[in-house]
Amino acid sequence: MPDQQSRMSSGPLVLATPLGVKMGRETMKREEAADSSFSKENVVQTKPKLRVQRFSFFYGPVKSLFNIDVGIPEHEVTAFIGPSGCGKSTLLRCMNRLNDLIEGARHEGNILIDDVDIFDPRIDITDLRKRVGMVFQKSNPFPKSIYENVAYGPRLQGMRNRPMLDDIVERSLRGAGLWEEVKDRLHKSALGLSGGQQQRLCIARALAVKPEVLLMDEPCSALDPIATGIIEELLFSLKKELTVVIVTHNMQQAARVSDSTAFMYLGQLVEFGRTKQLFTNPSKKQTEDYITGRFG
Amino acid sequence: MVQHRHFDEELAELKTKLARMAGLAEDQIDKALTALVTRDSALACRVIERDHKVNAMDVEIDEACIQLLALHQPAARDLRLVTTAMKLSTELERISDLSESICERAIELNEEPQLKPYIDIPRMGSLARVMVKESIDAFVKEDAKLARKVVMDDDFVDDLMEQLFRELLSFMVENPQTISRAIRLSFIAKSLERVADHATNIAELVVYLVEGKIIRHTSPPVPL
Repeated sequence: MPDQQSRMSSGPLVLATPLGVKMGRETMKREEAADSSFSKENVVQTKPKLRVQRFSFFYGPVKSLFNIDVGIPEHEVTAFIGPSGCGKSTLLRCMNRLNDLIEGARHEGNILIDDVDIFDPRIDITDLRKRVGMVFQKSNPFPKSIYENVAYGPRLQGMRNRPMLDDIVERSLRGAGLWEEVKDRLHKSALGLSGGQQQRLCIARALAVKPEVLLMDEPCSALDPIATGIIEELLFSLKKELTVVIVTHNMQQAARVSDSTAFMYLGQLVEFGRTKQLFTNPSKKQTEDYITGRFG
Repeated sequence: MVQHRHFDEELAELKTKLARMAGLAEDQIDKALTALVTRDSALACRVIERDHKVNAMDVEIDEACIQLLALHQPAARDLRLVTTAMKLSTELERISDLSESICERAIELNEEPQLKPYIDIPRMGSLARVMVKESIDAFVKEDAKLARKVVMDDDFVDDLMEQLFRELLSFMVENPQTISRAIRLSFIAKSLERVADHATNIAELVVYLVEGKIIRHTSPPVPL
């Protein structure tokens, strides 16, 4: 399918939804007005890639997210922290509509990517998930070769050109910092890799379709400190190409890798700000208590 | 739901150590001034000998802070307390050093007749001493308002030093025999001015500890 091939190589797609764009701009103005109350160093300098606006989420009758408003800056790492059950993973899964699969789940409010509402009925959900990739807590490589794992997404999109696939596989594995370790055994089973390598393979698999946003749900919680360090280091290079949102229980990890941090508690966004500000001088007492380990 | 943290006990212990060191440094400057004014060389010697105690506490507090940083990775206010403690102990150590230096000059001065009745130096000394005391009180009570007052007070000490310096200069111009004593007295005045500066630094650290705002090197000097 030449059409899809050219889409792949021509970078991000523009989703044509005029309605979404309009809504985005209107609400943006309102948010900018609200943002002016922040102190200068606490203001996110780059333009938001993703905007969550008055977003609430329900699992059946249970409301699990309450009126969340947050802008995820482009080409940065944004961390979501908070005690278990605070809704951070739920919010993350909403960002590429993974929660659509849950029966009885519904939402209120919007999530915009580049000012386009991801819940707009005209949005192609496959296309959305291509733009917004995800890496989970537990690495989940397919029981296939390393090569096939990475080539899977592009193949699914119709890519058949072998040299181009080879190139995508190499670039993605390099992007995930795994190339040097696996280049001589690309056609061996992915299941033979260590836990840390499998997780990086999953990152490479996500990168293969050139996402604009990468969602990471506790990507290091099953890894040892060395493998964790490698992935954290990776985030610094990844953010040059895309926007990263990471959910983590490890506060030191959030402090180390993220540019902005959002603290959530009981389904609410308590505080969102620059990481260096939030970890040295948070403005809310709840945040202070959580990051200093006084509750949670 | 607030949890009990063992870490809190360690932080409380750190504060206690700092308060003890601060008390000692305050006493050093206090005794140094008494030794100067009463021309008590024996007391001056005791102050000099005691400086090593303050040095030892500086090292002890530094080690405790490094350990807390390495083992607990504190954040927010806890982080500010630990980093402030490290700087604060250095300030206190310097105050004690300056007290030692005042005592050395006092012993030298006591070997000659008194140049003039000491009026401005004790005034400067008591201002500096009050600043040290208040900056430490501000730390113990975490009182940013009191800390800001200390920062403002620094100007009085600076003015007094300027005044004293001019007076000593006139002594020296009139009678060269007074030069060695006048120079020693101006060293003492400079030391006191430095003590007040260290008290100011402590006060600025307290504002950072309490509010997370760095007010050092800002203009105007005490932003609200």
